[in-house]
Amino acid sequence: MSTDLTRLDVSALTGLLTSGEVSAVEVTRAQLDRIASDDARLGAYLHVEGEAALTAAAAVDRARAGGAEPGPLAGVPIALKDVIVTEGVPTTSGSRILEGWRPPYDATVAARLKSAGTVLLGKTNMDEFAMGSSTENSAFRPTRNPWDADRVPGGSSGGSSAAVAGHLAPWAIGTDTGGSIRQPAALTGLVGHKPTYGSVSRYGLIAFSSSLDQAGPMARTVLDAAVLHEAIGGYDPRDSTSIDAPVPGLVAAARDGARGDLAGLTVGVVTELGGDGHRDGYDDGVLARFAEAVAVLTDLGADVRPVSCPSFDLALPAYYLIAPSEASSNLARFDGVRFGIRVGDDGTHDLDEVMALTREQGFGPEVKRRIILGTYALSSGYYEAYYGQAQKVRTLITRDFTAAYAGVDVLVSPTSPTVAWPIGARVEDPIAMYAADLCTLPASLAGVPAISVPCGLSEGLPVGLQVMAPGLADDRCYRVAAALEAAQDAARGHRLLDELVAA
Amino acid sequence: MSSLSRAEVAHLARLARLAVTDEELDRFAGQLDVVLAAVARVGEADVADVPPTSHVVPLTNVFRPDEVTPSLPRDVVLAGAPAAEDDRFRVPRILGEEQ
Amino acid sequence: MSTDRLVDLDEVITRYEPVIGLETHVELGTASKMFCGCSTTFGAEPNTQTCPVCLGLPGSLPVANEAAVAATIRIGLALGSRIAPWCRFARKNYFYPDIPKGFQTSQYDEPLCVGGHLDVELDGETFRVEIERVHLEEDTGKNLHVGGSTGRIHGADHSLVDYNRAGIPLVEIVTRPVPGAGAKAPEVARAYVTELREIVQTLGVSDVRMEQGSLRCDVNLSLNPVGAAEWGTRTETKNVNSLRSVERAVRYEMRRQAAVLDGGGRVVQETRHFHEDTGSTSSGRSKEEATDYRYFPEPDLVPIAADPAWVQQLTDALPELPAARRARLREEWGISATEMQWLANAGALGLVEQTVAAGASPADARKWWLGDLARRANEAGTELGELAITPAQVAELAGLVDAGTINDKLARQVLDGVLAGQGGPAEVVTAQGLAVLGESDELVAAVEAAIAGAPDVVQKVRGGKVQALGALVGAVMKTTRGTADAGTVKRMLEERVLNG
Ligand SMILES: [Mg+2]
Ligand SMILES: [Zn+2]
Repeated sequence: MSTDLTRLDVSALTGLLTSGEVSAVEVTRAQLDRIASDDARLGAYLHVEGEAALTAAAAVDRARAGGAEPGPLAGVPIALKDVIVTEGVPTTSGSRILEGWRPPYDATVAARLKSAGTVLLGKTNMDEFAMGSSTENSAFRPTRNPWDADRVPGGSSGGSSAAVAGHLAPWAIGTDTGGSIRQPAALTGLVGHKPTYGSVSRYGLIAFSSSLDQAGPMARTVLDAAVLHEAIGGYDPRDSTSIDAPVPGLVAAARDGARGDLAGLTVGVVTELGGDGHRDGYDDGVLARFAEAVAVLTDLGADVRPVSCPSFDLALPAYYLIAPSEASSNLARFDGVRFGIRVGDDGTHDLDEVMALTREQGFGPEVKRRIILGTYALSSGYYEAYYGQAQKVRTLITRDFTAAYAGVDVLVSPTSPTVAWPIGARVEDPIAMYAADLCTLPASLAGVPAISVPCGLSEGLPVGLQVMAPGLADDRCYRVAAALEAAQDAARGHRLLDELVAA
Repeated sequence: MSSLSRAEVAHLARLARLAVTDEELDRFAGQLDVVLAAVARVGEADVADVPPTSHVVPLTNVFRPDEVTPSLPRDVVLAGAPAAEDDRFRVPRILGEEQ
Repeated sequence: MSTDRLVDLDEVITRYEPVIGLETHVELGTASKMFCGCSTTFGAEPNTQTCPVCLGLPGSLPVANEAAVAATIRIGLALGSRIAPWCRFARKNYFYPDIPKGFQTSQYDEPLCVGGHLDVELDGETFRVEIERVHLEEDTGKNLHVGGSTGRIHGADHSLVDYNRAGIPLVEIVTRPVPGAGAKAPEVARAYVTELREIVQTLGVSDVRMEQGSLRCDVNLSLNPVGAAEWGTRTETKNVNSLRSVERAVRYEMRRQAAVLDGGGRVVQETRHFHEDTGSTSSGRSKEEATDYRYFPEPDLVPIAADPAWVQQLTDALPELPAARRARLREEWGISATEMQWLANAGALGLVEQTVAAGASPADARKWWLGDLARRANEAGTELGELAITPAQVAELAGLVDAGTINDKLARQVLDGVLAGQGGPAEVVTAQGLAVLGESDELVAAVEAAIAGAPDVVQKVRGGKVQALGALVGAVMKTTRGTADAGTVKRMLEERVLNG
């Protein structure tokens, strides 16, 4: 067969698999071969399933051969960010402290994908405990951007973004706490969606910041992202914050959007995210691509207008108090008692010392910095000024969204102020690193859905546009993103990602 | 108020069970100072009468029925343990008090 | 082992006013744990009742047990608390190997139940204990200390952790400071815990077995000089795990703190440990170096907003509470408050009530349970309720005495038979032939044989020495092996000897 199976999007792949033109084993082997040849360069995976993946694929083929219809996604390979707990499969969350741990259970997201018959290729690299925007904070190795191997793939789901953009997986699951799906998707030319908080189960996601974390799809097309989102979404009684409401028709919304008619839709362009007076730190190229994309939306019939959300200016400080605070508590369980590594248990140290040594050696510097910051923000005497105040700012941000959505259907902004930066450029400057999340943080804090869709290149690197919608209206994100994707693909005559072949 | 001394960082590290090195203490104190100055901007917000948001989803009363579900097999439970003895998790001697 | 100087309690109260405070933890008797479906059965093999949630494995999430929330609300209602219309769980952050998540899921500034009170009666006097709050949290695992000579934490070489208990729902009932008990402070503390235990038992939300740790107390105590405007510095004595220990711990701290203050010292605010063997307390962690728990609302659990209709339903379904029941029974049985307290202290209230329900008179029921049965339980070192006799059997026994089938002395023998597992009272009477003989042929024969066998005694009696009849009574009782009623025998002898 001459088709390169690794370059197909999932819609194409499922057609070939269900028609029997290709087998699941062929598809899986093609992906594994690709990983074997390219991952040494990209560093997208922390663990590759190999034989286990082929065994799972063979089971799908046997089922199909036996006349069973194992479901539309059966045999489609997938990569999971290593923050997602997988039974019997190493899960590290990018940290040394979990090295060697094989969980005794599956995350709900992993279980749903397993029962849909998808084939797990492996676990993707990430910033340690999802703390970072470049995947350089992985305890194991940095991941490289397939568009330019000297640049970061974004983060913290940078392993997933590099794997999908680099064709080491047809799609992947990421998690997003402050932008960790959307920003790496933007920096690698992918579609990435952060679902409404509570609409995808967090059970089995190694928690970073519980009130913000959401898992979501990262894919090459808006349609694929919608398909993957529907596969993992919906109510889960194991997650108390799970919303017991039907998932809106996301695939239908993506198909509807791809028809290119946005008449009747009102779009708000958020002034505070790259608009007048708020352009510090934004690449000119990013702003130019964004403006062109907004013009496309107008061309498609959308009613576009500027919207001001004044509290968004405080999203970054609020986020960098709330997330570290919750993280300082979530990461307390990594104490070397029940799982993971233990350091210093040689008879000379008491338990407290062994805990401290384990955590000292098991955690990387960014994790330690955030734990200390979070410990401080929650400590008596400082709680009100920091954590408490940040939670109030969170209310203001939510109110800004509510006010905005009273007048518009969706809000748009650039996904990231800049394109992918050179590896190492921001490592010693936490503030510069944190600024990468400027545009994605408001939706995270308010728990509303947001998608990043490619909107062109700047300096030869992908730029993303973010579409934010009211809670539970994830379908609007897909509709608008699909419309933009279709229009831009048509205009340039090919997909943005196809330009990566030449790169 | 947004300034963290080396001693404060050491205290916080102790509270968080992090055996940070001297070199790390120096580095973190400097970096955290910068971060703290940046995040202290939340104080600029006028939040009089603004309630805090701890949960963005307006859910209440999410319960499970009082029903027993299977536990994990013990060998599986202890398989991940750094040390086990007599069917229990083994830890070095404890000097601290119970809470 | 203790080197504390102590002041006699009598003396303590001439100079100081004690203020007590109690934090009581009750492990709820739900089938499953607080936040996961693991069983709560006591005594299971270590680490067999654990799962990702109660082991705090990465990624796991809690879901609250509805029955535990309902049980907490019911305890609050029984104490007259206000049920919070909206409240949250919070994380109490600290490191210890028996807490799997590095924090305990508890409640902080938003407890489920607020306020309320519990009246305890002591020697006819009523002490009101104000309740501060009732909140819901989760229990810890259990540490086993290995290598030390005592099995205690100090001196141990290492420890072993069992997480079966981790995550079992725990209700914490916190009193407000209780001043004014004076010399009775130790007994008031004990009576409070006793009464609380009875309420919890009546509600059926916990088996409250202190020996299994399902009810545990922390005892706070401070002393202030008599007449002083401000309360003194308090100590918190942890893990006081029997009713007797509650009393002893309060007494010990009163005596110890008085000695410290007498000597011009100051009481250190600290956690202390109670030693069951010596009845003393020893210093633990002082509050100065106490952990900062960094409480914050638990983001993994959503708020509880108890529906007023639900609370009303729970209120309507409350059983008769111990105090109301005691008042009703006192009325019905016509007994004094002190008698009622004896019954309650002996744990005999329910047994007496059931015995009365089975047909015995209240006086008889009390007589048996507080008399012979209490003595036997005491001798056997068990609780009254553990004796191998049912209230119905006690009622049956009383009935046999009333009917004259047996006398009191025989009844004690019957009791022995029942307790020895020989069957019910009637069965024992039949099997052992213990029924009192009426003027049966057998008894007439025995009486006549006694008269015939002792003509000298008969002479004496007829000669006016009536008390000599006792010898004949004794002879009859001997031949009948005590089954005859002594009164009947005496009457029969009189008829025949004096009138014959
Ligand atoms: Mg407590
Ligand atoms: Zn469990």
